Amino acid sequence: MIKRKGLRSAAVAIAAFSLIAGACGGGDDTATEETTAETTAETTAETTAALPGEGILACQVTDTGGVDDKGFNQISYKGMQDAEASLGVTIDLLESASDADYAPNLQNFADKGCNIIVTVGFLLGDATKAAAEANPDRNYAIVDFAFDPAIANARGLVFATDQPSFMAGYLAAAMTKTGVVSTFGGINIPPVSIFMDGYAKGVAYYNAQKGAKVKVLGWDTAKKDGTFAGNFNSLDDGKNIAKSQADEGADIIFPVAGPVGLGSAQFAKESGGKVKIIGVDVDMSISNPDAAEVYVASVLKNIDAAVLAAITDTVNGVKTSENYVGTLANGGVGVAFTAVPAGLQAEVEAIGKGIADGTIKI
Amino acid sequence: MKDLLKSLRYTLLALLASLLVGAVIIVVTDIDALKVGDYGKAFSTVLTAYKSLFEGSFWGVRSISNTITGTTPLLLSGLAVSVAFKAGLFNIGATGQMLVGGMTALWVGFTMSGPGWLQVPLAVLAGAIGGAIYGGIAGVLKARTGAHEVITTIMLNSIASFLVLWLLKTTVFQREGRPDPISKLIADEAHLPRLFGFLEGRSDLVAHSGLFVALSATYGYWYLLTRTTLGFELRATGLNSDAAKYAGMKSKTLMVVAMLLAGGFAGMAGATEVLGTYGYASTSLAGNIGFDAIAVALLGQSSPIGTLVSALLFGALQAGGRSMQAHTDVPVDLIIVLRALIVVFVAAPLLVKAMFRVKSQVSAQGQTFRGWGG
Repeated sequence: MIKRKGLRSAAVAIAAFSLIAGACGGGDDTATEETTAETTAETTAETTAALPGEGILACQVTDTGGVDDKGFNQISYKGMQDAEASLGVTIDLLESASDADYAPNLQNFADKGCNIIVTVGFLLGDATKAAAEANPDRNYAIVDFAFDPAIANARGLVFATDQPSFMAGYLAAAMTKTGVVSTFGGINIPPVSIFMDGYAKGVAYYNAQKGAKVKVLGWDTAKKDGTFAGNFNSLDDGKNIAKSQADEGADIIFPVAGPVGLGSAQFAKESGGKVKIIGVDVDMSISNPDAAEVYVASVLKNIDAAVLAAITDTVNGVKTSENYVGTLANGGVGVAFTAVPAGLQAEVEAIGKGIADGTIKI
Repeated sequence: MKDLLKSLRYTLLALLASLLVGAVIIVVTDIDALKVGDYGKAFSTVLTAYKSLFEGSFWGVRSISNTITGTTPLLLSGLAVSVAFKAGLFNIGATGQMLVGGMTALWVGFTMSGPGWLQVPLAVLAGAIGGAIYGGIAGVLKARTGAHEVITTIMLNSIASFLVLWLLKTTVFQREGRPDPISKLIADEAHLPRLFGFLEGRSDLVAHSGLFVALSATYGYWYLLTRTTLGFELRATGLNSDAAKYAGMKSKTLMVVAMLLAGGFAGMAGATEVLGTYGYASTSLAGNIGFDAIAVALLGQSSPIGTLVSALLFGALQAGGRSMQAHTDVPVDLIIVLRALIVVFVAAPLLVKAMFRVKSQVSAQGQTFRGWGG
């Protein structure tokens, strides 16, 4: 009897622990973030008289990652905060704890009278479509998704990330000492593989221009397939994949897998400078200060700029079903240089200009 | 009956205790108010938060609809954990069983064409069978090889989630024109009818008749436990498998049966989510429900009525939490903390007794299961 009771308590402890552990992931950061948001609001109110966006309510619904995911939810929210600061709009946020929250959260915001509702990620595609059709007088924008067929008051915010990845591929090919560079992804879905494809093509472009023979591991342009971790959260996977690619000679690695790439950065740090990493989405030499020295550059996907652009359109009274496509030309994507020789940086920037004006085709 | 009332009383006291601790958490995390020493504002935040928590779960048709939507899968997957507990098994695999059940229901939902009265029950049944087979794997492994069900069900969860990811990328399941892992939509006839469908133009009332599936399953679970030989044998095995074996019961077969039943309940949870709530499947279709179900079963002491009440409580917290988040600055994560606190207080009845100065004995009868390697 005693034995059984003890085990029952153990089960309760496990259940309670997992619940609490789950909760801790979000709680603190959200509080901090709200504080910053409010501070920004205060300063805005003090310093400005009348901004164009006053009276406009801009709202964001996150996917299950939450607003502190160090990923696209968080960057989208930065775009919201930028809009609050520069346009004077009022912002609001609802986080989704599960897929079942999307529709009720969107409903809450429609009731609240939000002028534009920004949703994050393809998981919200169906819920956003339904909400946009039910509320034709509100604007909707969804990150990393495009509606087909188009909806009059909803637009996708998508990114030509093959452009900066092409530049990164060229850069990696120019900087490698071993003649082998590599990449890998989280899961083989287009928003991920487009980076890898652009990167491999950038290497090929370098080879064609300079008559070099730099090899790319982890992506096959012809087969449209390559190395994938199968998830976006295992740091161990990131470490192991980086190690096996380094064993095959790669000395510059481009992980396109969110936090998995942090594991690769850790491996690079332990390699003592032999292996370097190219960051993804944000300037990782800033966002990952623990291993800042391993990054040579980062491929930027400026989701915040896209969110700001969508809100600006709503403030200006523009209602459109046309997708926002982030490109090098409009600053929706870009490259942040961290440890690149000045001459090479100019060369890569020139390639970026060529892509932007269409003289270089990817 | 007296025991039931007693345990219900402790559950209510545990709820009260966790709301009190939750209030403290709200106050101490309201940094802005604390900085200026505005305790009145912090206090009113607590009141507003709990008011919208209640209003969002029970006040008005939409709130009730949202509570029902949240309760349905929690109840079914809660039963999946409960029935295993009764037989002395710890089923952590409700997530995987839900995923598999959801996928089989989905497959019937979009491939079949026919009248709804035929298609919906068939799809739910398919979900139950899919889940049962998947749950049965853990049962067979335990009965044949002694592999512990805690380990195997956790591993089977991972296998199921990768299986779903892979399936959603195949042409059979993936929606046409979509590059991401998302399934085809089920046929209109395969949707579980909406509960409030008779109210015109209220597309916000998402509750569906999966509730009746869940309630029937709860009744079936009660009937099984109290009115059938199988139920008696399951309970006997759970209480003392050696004694049960000595009394001539086939404990290995019973293990498999318990896991088949558990998987069947969880599979139905996946089916009602796909056929009622979403109309399609994605990789996150099971969400955190399979793990919340463990807390639901523990809180309900694995009894049919207890599981029903605690699933309703968790469903209400889920629905109310959204409205709390929308009306105050309190993050939705507080709901997870509240749930955890309820479980903690239920697990520590002495603490609640001390807090509320209750004199009587705590009825400690409840779920039992065997330990590692048992």
